[in-house]
Amino acid sequence: MSVRGKSRQCRLAITAALTALVGWGTQLRTWHWLVVAAAAAAVLPFLLGSGYAVGLAAEIGIYTIVALGLNLLMGYAGQVSLGQAAFVGIGAYTSAILTAKVGLSPWLSMVAGVTLSGLTAAVVGVPLLKLRGHYLAMGTLGFGVIMNILMVQWEDLTRGTVGIWGIPPLSIGGFAFDTDLRFYYVVAGAVILCMAMASNIINSRVGRAMRAVHGSEVAAGTSGVDTGRYKLQVFILSGAMAGLAGSLYAHHFRYIEPASFGFGHSIEFVVMVVIGGMASIWGAIFGAGAVTLIAEQVRRSLQYSPIIFGFVLVAIMIFMPWGLWRGGMDVLRRLGWARSRQRVSAR
Amino acid sequence: MNLPDAAQLLQYLISGLTLGSVYAMIALGFTLIHNATGIVNFAQGEFVAFGALIAISCSTTLGLPMPLAVLIAVAGVALLGAALERAAIRPARRASVITLIIITIGASIFLRGIAMWVWGSDALPMRYFSGDEPIGIGGASILPQHLWIVGIVLVTMAALWVLGEKTQVGKAMRACAVDRDAAQLVGIPASRMVMLSFALSGMLGGLAGAIVCPLAMGQWDMGITLGLKGFAAAILGGMGNPVGAVLGGVLLGILESLGAGFWSGLKNAIAFAVMLIVLLARPSGLLGARGRQ
Repeated sequence: MSVRGKSRQCRLAITAALTALVGWGTQLRTWHWLVVAAAAAAVLPFLLGSGYAVGLAAEIGIYTIVALGLNLLMGYAGQVSLGQAAFVGIGAYTSAILTAKVGLSPWLSMVAGVTLSGLTAAVVGVPLLKLRGHYLAMGTLGFGVIMNILMVQWEDLTRGTVGIWGIPPLSIGGFAFDTDLRFYYVVAGAVILCMAMASNIINSRVGRAMRAVHGSEVAAGTSGVDTGRYKLQVFILSGAMAGLAGSLYAHHFRYIEPASFGFGHSIEFVVMVVIGGMASIWGAIFGAGAVTLIAEQVRRSLQYSPIIFGFVLVAIMIFMPWGLWRGGMDVLRRLGWARSRQRVSAR
Repeated sequence: MNLPDAAQLLQYLISGLTLGSVYAMIALGFTLIHNATGIVNFAQGEFVAFGALIAISCSTTLGLPMPLAVLIAVAGVALLGAALERAAIRPARRASVITLIIITIGASIFLRGIAMWVWGSDALPMRYFSGDEPIGIGGASILPQHLWIVGIVLVTMAALWVLGEKTQVGKAMRACAVDRDAAQLVGIPASRMVMLSFALSGMLGGLAGAIVCPLAMGQWDMGITLGLKGFAAAILGGMGNPVGAVLGGVLLGILESLGAGFWSGLKNAIAFAVMLIVLLARPSGLLGARGRQ
């Protein structure tokens, strides 16, 4: 079928475009690359052509927002969350219920979705973040699984496994963002805003404090960093960003069901951060793109993709714990093809 | 919601005890690896799945007698555990906790992929170890398989206790768990002990899978839920404490079975709710002496 051939071309084009985008980014200063990113995002749909590829690019953008938030938590504050899909679900369900069932404006619903997922993160974060390492991982996992079971069982509110459909598109005045192309630009705007925010945070006093917590929580604490407060703030921020992504998800697909917010997806978000590289803003796009395209492949035909997926994950963690992007840059640098820069030790 | 009568209650207790014995085995597997390395092995559930699937293939496809099928499954998964340690854990021994968590998650995705590739995505049936005539006790009925499960788990626990308390190897493993460097100084080959703990943990997981699959069937992704519940049991009993792991497993099995009797939709939430409550209120679990880490 020609559609399949075309979509493979599209996927290649997406990958090439993303790689080019990432390659530019490291050579420039923060606000420079934001402009470059905006320009690249603006022309990307014309390179992609088909609606299918543009829709996929929008989906990648949505996951990029989740990965960005999780990257702040994992890469900068050094805390794990294996329940991030639950926050995406809270955002998505808030938007879906308020628009499709209550009839509220999509924009207001989105604000509610972000607020509610941030609030949930605050409420569960206070007790959960007292845990460390494996225990925090399992605690967040337990939270995620329970939220997912609630989405299935609380049928009066969520319609259970049947899901919620008829979610209206976002619109301004009479203009509805109801095609893949139109919605892509909404997502692209949101991604660039989130990236700008994330990079501002990282380069601020808060960012330094977060990195100190990652380096050594005890050392950070003794030098006067309120470690508990910073960890909670980052956790709330990552939850709210996941909620924003969830609201966008609801308006992109206009249909949601509990299966989209389960344990497997929480793991996928962690994998996005790892492949893209912990403590790397550009890595979020790279990781979200790689994982979404691989997952798309799995859904199509390749039955043995999880084998490769798992293998690559283990190999990256053993040989390139900072992710493919920085690991690749290291190789280039060793070959003398890229500028060197100061960096902390790999582990 | 309807209140169960005495016979129903007994039935719930019996199935809870059976399920709980299986959780206890899985929890013990977590405990062994955690004590030897400080790692929580997210691929533990895949050990269980491989045990079940190998046993099913040996017994149904190859037509081997049941004891041999179970033996091959246990030995196979023990090898798998040792291989996992050698290939994925040892090269990253000095890595951070996040790195190690993701390595075992990656390994579990990899193993699930292999399982789906080899055995396909359908649930595979397995015959009972002996007979399918239920035995009636006080209005409740027990399958012979229930007795097999509880019996095999009891024997395994006894064997593990003997191994840990009475043998040289067991004492060496426990010494490594207390202080790896000190153990190495007195001449214990610590890295071999770590590998051995992965192999033992694989044996426990494989056996758990092989004995539960006549009741639950075998499927490539069965390890996700079973592994997580085994972990919840280990947390409930107190991570690192073998007696706690067994107690936690049995308690969790009974709680789940009773809870499902009242409200079946929330059956799977019970384990995680219990785990969260224990993690937040008493991270050291029922019997654990060590605090949160």
